[in-house]
Amino acid sequence: MLKVDELTVARGGRPILQNVSFELKAGQALVVRGPNGSGKTTLLRTIAGLQPAISGQVLCDEEAIAYAAHSDGLKANLTVAENLSFWAEVFGTAQMDQALAQFNLNDLQDRPANTLSAGQKRRLGLARLLVTARPVWVLDEPTVSLDAASVDLFASVVQAHLAAGGAALMATHIDLGLEAKVFDVAPYKASMIPRSGGFDEGFL
Amino acid sequence: MIALLIRDLKLSVRAGGGFGLGLAFFLIVTVLVPFGVGPESGLLGKIAPGVLWLGALLSCLLSLDRIFALDWEDGSLDLLATSPLPLEGVAAAKAMAHWLTTGLPLTLAAPFLGILLNLPQSGFGWLTLSLAIGTPALSVIGTFAAALIVGVKRGGLLLSILVLPLYVPTLIFGAEVARRGSAGMEVLPPVLLLAGISLGAVAILPFVSALVLRINLR
Repeated sequence: MLKVDELTVARGGRPILQNVSFELKAGQALVVRGPNGSGKTTLLRTIAGLQPAISGQVLCDEEAIAYAAHSDGLKANLTVAENLSFWAEVFGTAQMDQALAQFNLNDLQDRPANTLSAGQKRRLGLARLLVTARPVWVLDEPTVSLDAASVDLFASVVQAHLAAGGAALMATHIDLGLEAKVFDVAPYKASMIPRSGGFDEGFL
Repeated sequence: MIALLIRDLKLSVRAGGGFGLGLAFFLIVTVLVPFGVGPESGLLGKIAPGVLWLGALLSCLLSLDRIFALDWEDGSLDLLATSPLPLEGVAAAKAMAHWLTTGLPLTLAAPFLGILLNLPQSGFGWLTLSLAIGTPALSVIGTFAAALIVGVKRGGLLLSILVLPLYVPTLIFGAEVARRGSAGMEVLPPVLLLAGISLGAVAILPFVSALVLRINLR
């Protein structure tokens, strides 16, 4: 479903991880681990197609990936339902009610997003994943600011997603109780600076 | 694309959205001009087309830096970039929303402000027409400049410096249409040139904006 082949990723023009390879099949989850600044976010952004890789490739249909980052992309002046229905329309799906129910947001539907707590915002951000209807979830620290109950809720949603034939790639430090393989980025730390292109590469 | 357009229009009329800000600025600038240059009606009538065009251009500038900056700050620009919407479509929808909330109200308000500046009667139609044709170019060019400064904290000032030189051709031909129109001269050549600038900008710049956004999101 998602295959990463000898990928070298860079942050700020400097390679940070090199020759990363792994494969993710339908129904599998992979947890990316590593200390702060080790390049987890950069790796996930590269896989999501937001930045180009220095070398290697990501073998996956770009239309299959749903990406969720540190920030939830919520509009403070729109209500919960408006925020979610916008993404449902962008992704051309109509599963909003289900997404609201799964993340326990039904009672908050008509509240403007700026009145939500941090954990409620995060739940809304994660509910967006459901309305994308995309099979490969690429999640960067999905459990930040969630309480224990919400983490369980999130874990069960991921479980259901995997059971339905999806896949999930997550950078997280919390044990979600999923049967997920752990991928430690430490051994892939870029040691030298491979310059494959011209002299102006640092500016691109 | 339509969903994004509707969302942006909705956001602009909600609290803090900035709808009407440009219009109020336009009104104030126009009202201030007679205080500055004196109440002589002949002089005011002469400078009215230029003043109105300058005012419209500056009001347009006010809301430009929000086009992408807000979406970048809350992370939705990243999410839009990974969504099925092409970034070209995002840029076009953003420019359209900006025009609907800024350019269109300015165009509609301009004739009323023309009265304040003693604009000659024959000039009203041409002023409105020139703004209707010219303001889309202002929005599209502004969207491109806004894409350039995505990720720059408090880039509003930088944006103004970047975008004002790019507005020069639109201003020259736009004000020329209004000036010639109010003086009863031949207006077709500047109208065509203004329309050319607008059409060219609308056709090309969304693609350039998308390219710039892609680079800035890395």
